[in-house]
Amino acid sequence: MNTITPLLLHYNYFITIFLMVSGLYIVIARGNMIKKLVGLSLFQSSVYLLYVSPGKILEGTAPIIDDAYSIYSNPLPHVLILTAIVVGVATLALGLALVVRIHEAYGTIEEDEIFDREKGL
Amino acid sequence: MTALEHQLPVLPVLIPLFGALLTGFLSRGTVSWLLALIFSWATAAVSVLLLVTVLRLGEPISYVMGNWGVPWGIEYRVDTLNAFVLVIVTGIGAVLMPYARKSVAFEIASHQQAWFYTMYLICLAGLLGITVSGDAFNVFVFMEVSSLATYVLIALGHNRRALLASFQYLIVGTIGATFYVIGIALLYLVTGSLNLHDIAGLLGDAYNTYPRPVLTALAFLVAGISLKLALFPLHLWLPNAYAYAPSMAAAFLAGTATKVAVYLLIRILFSIFGIAIVFTTLPIADVLLVLSIAAMAIASLAAVFQENAKRMLAYSSVAQIGYITLGIGLHNQSGLTGSIVHLFNHAVTKSALFMCLGAIVYRTANMRLTNLAGIGRKMPLTTAAFVLAGLSIIGVPGTAGFVSKWYLAVGAIERGYWPLVFLIVASSLIAVLYIGRFVEVAYFREPSEACESAYEPPTSMLIPILVLSAATVYFGIDTRATADIAAIAARFLLGGAN
Repeated sequence: MNTITPLLLHYNYFITIFLMVSGLYIVIARGNMIKKLVGLSLFQSSVYLLYVSPGKILEGTAPIIDDAYSIYSNPLPHVLILTAIVVGVATLALGLALVVRIHEAYGTIEEDEIFDREKGL
Repeated sequence: MTALEHQLPVLPVLIPLFGALLTGFLSRGTVSWLLALIFSWATAAVSVLLLVTVLRLGEPISYVMGNWGVPWGIEYRVDTLNAFVLVIVTGIGAVLMPYARKSVAFEIASHQQAWFYTMYLICLAGLLGITVSGDAFNVFVFMEVSSLATYVLIALGHNRRALLASFQYLIVGTIGATFYVIGIALLYLVTGSLNLHDIAGLLGDAYNTYPRPVLTALAFLVAGISLKLALFPLHLWLPNAYAYAPSMAAAFLAGTATKVAVYLLIRILFSIFGIAIVFTTLPIADVLLVLSIAAMAIASLAAVFQENAKRMLAYSSVAQIGYITLGIGLHNQSGLTGSIVHLFNHAVTKSALFMCLGAIVYRTANMRLTNLAGIGRKMPLTTAAFVLAGLSIIGVPGTAGFVSKWYLAVGAIERGYWPLVFLIVASSLIAVLYIGRFVEVAYFREPSEACESAYEPPTSMLIPILVLSAATVYFGIDTRATADIAAIAARFLLGGAN
């Protein structure tokens, strides 16, 4: 019991790490470029959780100054992650645009097939 | 400090970013080139002024965004090291811009030229942002700004393989940046700060209380940045990216992008974590030394067997980055001086080489070594400039490359690593092979069909090439400007006075 309770209390980190590792696995293991980008996006999103979930302080409220409350959640991680989300969206958009161009140029988005055509790359 | 000096740290980021906004609205390639030239030169002027000011004051210049005090606001903090890197990056950009017009006009469709210059300026702003920013998260944002622009610059290459190279780099680059941001998350959790200078002060106590998160952060940061700087064996994105990017982009990126990543690694290892944590708790020094040696040997050998001249130079870049990380692994005064001075020397040398190849592409539309036979007779000045810069890659005395290798060898001896000196010389001998292969093809063979009608490139391209290749010799003889500043920066990083 005593070994399990701390693990359960930190379930948010386990979800984060699971998402992180599965995202990275998809990027490495999949040859389909769209799936690669989905994995990459998952990997980035897991980091958003890594930032946001420690920002929650137990019993803390929204960070608006009021006499009735003395404990507030930390707003900074949320602000950072808003920026990181924008970065992630831009990366995904550019990645998808590249996949469109690759499809136009090669007629496929499977890495194996493309490498077969570009021997020596 | 005067009012202007107080504003200096923010200008290297603002000027190119504003320039990018203007060129983004334009549709004519020539006009956007002119704007990019003006903004590039202005940025370079500001950076030189910044370096001079920092050297005169002898202490870092701090600028706080919107007057939000440290550690809450974003601080731009410029000391000798990052002022020097600023000068490297903007200097390469400034020399390249006159060259860019003809090269870009030849290689890139006219409706895309304005976008090319926009992306170049955004990339410049991002690289300079990484260099000046003293805020860990701000560095991440600039890292992505420069990377996204870089992916576009590479994808603008006319070969369809450029798209693949860009995609591969996007995947690897994003993983690298995400690793970096995971490392920063862990540091933020244990110190509660994002200001790099502030973290440095808090990390000692944090390490005593939470040793494991701090070491995990260190591991993530080093791995992430190593992907960005193409440390062997994380370099696989680099050869294709440089080989298929437009010549101007390849020359710019080869000189600057990896150098800025190396700067960030030096900053994280020496200024933030400090030697006490980095080199005593984890075997980072040994790992860096082994990987550097592997890069110097294996990537140099790979360069010998390349058919595409640009890929040959790209593999040579991986090997040269090995020299830079070797000095970091040595982490003593001479080794670190060698690393920092090689940031400069390699930037000048490799940009000169890529510019020569760009000029050859301009006249022959060819990059295969076998098709460049006899180019030395048709384009004597360009080829001579290539050979001169090639001597600096090899590290012949009297060239810039020799100065860096000298410091590295001295650093290795001071550590008592005698075999390293031998390995530095051995990898230089491999460089003789691939540079020699180009020389043999260029001078000792009958001109090929592709080279039959070639002649010297336009003056606007030739002069920047000659300037940079002359610089590889100049900075090999007069080391006051480069090696002395590098020594000051190294002493500061190792804990001495600025």
